[in-house]
Amino acid sequence: MTAVIQRVGGTTLSILQEMGRMLLFLLSTFGWLARPPFRFFQAVKQLHFIGFKSSFVIVLTAGFTGMVLGLQGYYTLRKYGSDAALGAAVALSIIRELGPVLAALMVTARAGSAMTAEIGIMRITEQIDALDTMAINPLQYLIAPKVVASLIGVPLLVALFDVVGIYGGSVVGVDLLGVNAGVYWNSVETSVEWKDVYGGIWKSVSFGLIISWVCCYKGYYTEMSAEGLGTATTEAVVLSSVMILVWDYFLTSVLL
Amino acid sequence: MIRLVNVQKSFGKQQVLRGATLEIPKGKLTTIIGRSGEGKSVLLKHMIGLLQPDRGEVWVNDVEISRLSGKALNDVRKQFAMLFQGAALFDSLTVFDNVAFPLREKLRLPESAVKDRVDEKLERVGLAGMGHKFPAELSGGMKKRAGLARALVMEPEIILFDEPTTGLDPLMSNTIHHLILDMHRTFGFTAVMVSHEIPEIFSISDWVAMLEQGRIAAMAPAEDFQRIADPMVQEFITVGGTVSLQAVKRLA
Repeated sequence: MTAVIQRVGGTTLSILQEMGRMLLFLLSTFGWLARPPFRFFQAVKQLHFIGFKSSFVIVLTAGFTGMVLGLQGYYTLRKYGSDAALGAAVALSIIRELGPVLAALMVTARAGSAMTAEIGIMRITEQIDALDTMAINPLQYLIAPKVVASLIGVPLLVALFDVVGIYGGSVVGVDLLGVNAGVYWNSVETSVEWKDVYGGIWKSVSFGLIISWVCCYKGYYTEMSAEGLGTATTEAVVLSSVMILVWDYFLTSVLL
Repeated sequence: MIRLVNVQKSFGKQQVLRGATLEIPKGKLTTIIGRSGEGKSVLLKHMIGLLQPDRGEVWVNDVEISRLSGKALNDVRKQFAMLFQGAALFDSLTVFDNVAFPLREKLRLPESAVKDRVDEKLERVGLAGMGHKFPAELSGGMKKRAGLARALVMEPEIILFDEPTTGLDPLMSNTIHHLILDMHRTFGFTAVMVSHEIPEIFSISDWVAMLEQGRIAAMAPAEDFQRIADPMVQEFITVGGTVSLQAVKRLA
């Protein structure tokens, strides 16, 4: 019995310690972000990597997500004679939920894993120590630009996802299944409110923070081996994805 | 001058340093020797504040740095440069940009002045005309040279060398050692080097210290060190020297 309590207590303490270290990592990064010199060039470079270079995979995912929504939505709504509401169904699903969540998951898979691997390799090959020895704070030089780029890049990618997804829905609904184009776009226009877009933006900003925070943290504190780096990268992707889904639920319950 | 007083450091349950006390003379080249896994690199990292001791003190000139952080620690680090085991070059930057990196970050010199200083240092380490290459395109010896150029470019008071010849053949090791000695004589910085290269280090070092079981077991001027009667020191020097000479002969 004592052994079980000890084990549970030990695990709880180590989880709390890890959470505390993660929080300190984030707060320190914001602390360094606010101090000059401001790493504008690095932030733009990261924005290019996280944002622009993810755009193809986002367009691809968004297109097919919109198309499958168009297909499923059409056959479901037709049963109730409501196929005129297809535009609303596709647009609201994408803007409120699928756009922010799927885009964030794709960015985690493409850019988040790369962030962990890059920072982890820099840790293992002592490049982060080298920055320290030059009196350059690694949080300010390496991490802060990635956080800024994610905060800007993920909402932009979500906006791209929303637009392409809604067009994907129209390609199937209007062009293939014969829903009237005017009806489809009118349904989109009348159903989408500013509150839906606003909610999507909030979600995407917070997802951007989660991705950069978790993925940078896991790379920064990776174990000093190839196996350790592999584990860190896996943990970063899994933890980011789970946190995105959990946080999405809580944020949705507040925003609705 | 760097002074470590009773420094203790553990990683998990493994105690690496068990009360290391050491004084590095200013302007001299001091080499720390010892078996693999004894904590030589750990000791070196304490000197520049990359690691903090569990107990004990680390003094750099008149500042105790073991509890410093942030700007105060960075101010101390401005006196330092470090050449890492794997050179720790930034692999996304060219050799030129690696060497220029501390100048651009810290001094904000005009680009023409940066170019002059970087070219001069690259020439000194024998890498003239190699500035456009990326670290992945360099051999082990060239990486060490580039790392040395980066360490020298800010003309620091103290340079730490963490096993600068690891992974190099004996002839290249010899070249790197003599390059370090040459730079030390030219610029007059305080040098602390961790090395296994026996007997070579006796000909280039001013002082030699031996780390054994987490403590400094012996420290003496290089010419006197080989005469220390301690059997542990003698065993390390003899075996290390024999192995090293055999390696040279094999390669020759």
